[in-house]
Amino acid sequence: MTSDLQDLYQDLIIDHSKRPRNFGPMENPDYTADGFNPLCGDKLKLFLKVEDGVIKDVKFVGAGCAISTASASVMTDVLKGQTVTQAENLFETFHYMITGPKDPQHHAGEGLGKLAVFAGVSEFPARVKCATLAWHTLKSALAGSHDATSTE
Amino acid sequence: MAANSTTVEVAERVTALDPEALRRDFPILDQQVHGKPLVYLDNAATTQKPRAVIDALVHYYEHDNANVHRGVHELSQRATNDYENARTTVQKFLGAAEPEEIIYTRGTTESINLVTASWGRANVRAGDEILISAMEHHSNIVPWQMLCEEKGATLKVVPINDDGEFLFDEYRKLLSNRTKIVAVNHVSNALGTINPVADIIKLAHEYGALALIDGAQAVAHLKVNVQKLDCDFYAFSSHKIFGPTGIGILYGKRALLEAMPPCEGGGDMIKSVTFEKTIYNDLPYKFEAGTPNIADAIGLGVAIQYVNDVGLDAIGAYEDDLLQYATERVGAIDGIRIIGTAKHKASVLSFTLGQIHPHDLGTVLDREGIAIRAGHHCAQPVMERFKVAATARASFAFYNTRDDVDRLVAALEKAREIFA
Repeated sequence: MTSDLQDLYQDLIIDHSKRPRNFGPMENPDYTADGFNPLCGDKLKLFLKVEDGVIKDVKFVGAGCAISTASASVMTDVLKGQTVTQAENLFETFHYMITGPKDPQHHAGEGLGKLAVFAGVSEFPARVKCATLAWHTLKSALAGSHDATSTE
Repeated sequence: MAANSTTVEVAERVTALDPEALRRDFPILDQQVHGKPLVYLDNAATTQKPRAVIDALVHYYEHDNANVHRGVHELSQRATNDYENARTTVQKFLGAAEPEEIIYTRGTTESINLVTASWGRANVRAGDEILISAMEHHSNIVPWQMLCEEKGATLKVVPINDDGEFLFDEYRKLLSNRTKIVAVNHVSNALGTINPVADIIKLAHEYGALALIDGAQAVAHLKVNVQKLDCDFYAFSSHKIFGPTGIGILYGKRALLEAMPPCEGGGDMIKSVTFEKTIYNDLPYKFEAGTPNIADAIGLGVAIQYVNDVGLDAIGAYEDDLLQYATERVGAIDGIRIIGTAKHKASVLSFTLGQIHPHDLGTVLDREGIAIRAGHHCAQPVMERFKVAATARASFAFYNTRDDVDRLVAALEKAREIFA
């Protein structure tokens, strides 16, 4: 495998894409939203339980490519126990890691924990939408939007 | 004796196609992508351009650029001549009776929209029916839906079988004296199916319906003769037959085009204008309002001459052999499902590989220097018919080789390892 591909399809990503965590519907969620990537047909639905500003539980259903499925799976893992503000900050850092300019002084994935596994996506501009679909959907769920989120 | 010599002649022409020599006519093919020699297998999306077409565009802008049909000066004369000669080249290529039946558009999509907006608005009424097939590109679905919505007409869809073949008996059942027009593609972009358009057209006419053929995926692979087909409209895009983007063709029978109202008003489409009354121009200019896409029309003419020089018989035979080879090699990979297994196919191999999403396949192949399409191919109803979200699609032109297929197979094996 070329090193770019190795960076993109790391073992953790392949694992999460094949056995997504927190996968399945949720009864009585506090927040929910649909996400759709028309380019490749990725679809997901996100459910959240939030108490006193803390994400207590988060699950998703849907179908998509390895990157979007793994991204949703890792995201749901990471979000549990975070405050809504922390979640929003995570998205910002995550988004910067895969779309922002390279900063040699800084390790791109700093503070992201296992979300740093998606750093390789920055070498694949066509796949940024796949990696961020779950996050955009999270944002619209927390904003209480009822329209489906589209990456287009 | 005569029959024998014909056979020999055809065989010679077929072997005369030398893909390696032809590849050298396409400068873009000679490059590395991600450190590997480019293998371009996305020809159903758009084809590459031969040097002759690129040179024609440069020559036009360096020597002849002027507005057409306003010709008191030399440059305008030259531009007009080349622009109209290209129309004649298209006319002969399609076997149309007259150059006036050849309308320049922006592409297949605009050609179909011209028919729905002009012929459709003038002729389709509430209660009428329009037939399309289940394997149409969105551009041969949406304009008809818009027309039906506006007029209160009904869109009916001829189903396809599991091989992706047009179901002729179902078609017969759907036809009636309410059917105003039948619109189908000649070759399916998502499946590669070659449709029996001559029979489809004949039966439509028996019910008094017109027939429009979307030839976007056909003209670079099959010989088309609109008079023999007896189609009422035929649409295609230049960029899918080695010509520039932004130009396409609508062929229509003269009597139909004469009776149709213009779609757009402006310069070139008029004979005289007063504030009280405008007299529209004759065909084909009635449908070509405004300064047209002169350079790209000329480029299209050169592309067609190039295809004529290579020979569509030779191209067809070569590509059939290549598609068969690709189908066997790719089909032998563990976990491959080929979507579109019609008996008659042209140059398209759509597939899925195990549980690997086509988008991931596309990324792996790209890093191997191989360009394919991954997605719904602007044919979402086809994806739904085969219960897939998307497919990977390799599509071939005469400049592709068995080596290209071998590279594709090796890359697909690599993808299997990554996602094992």
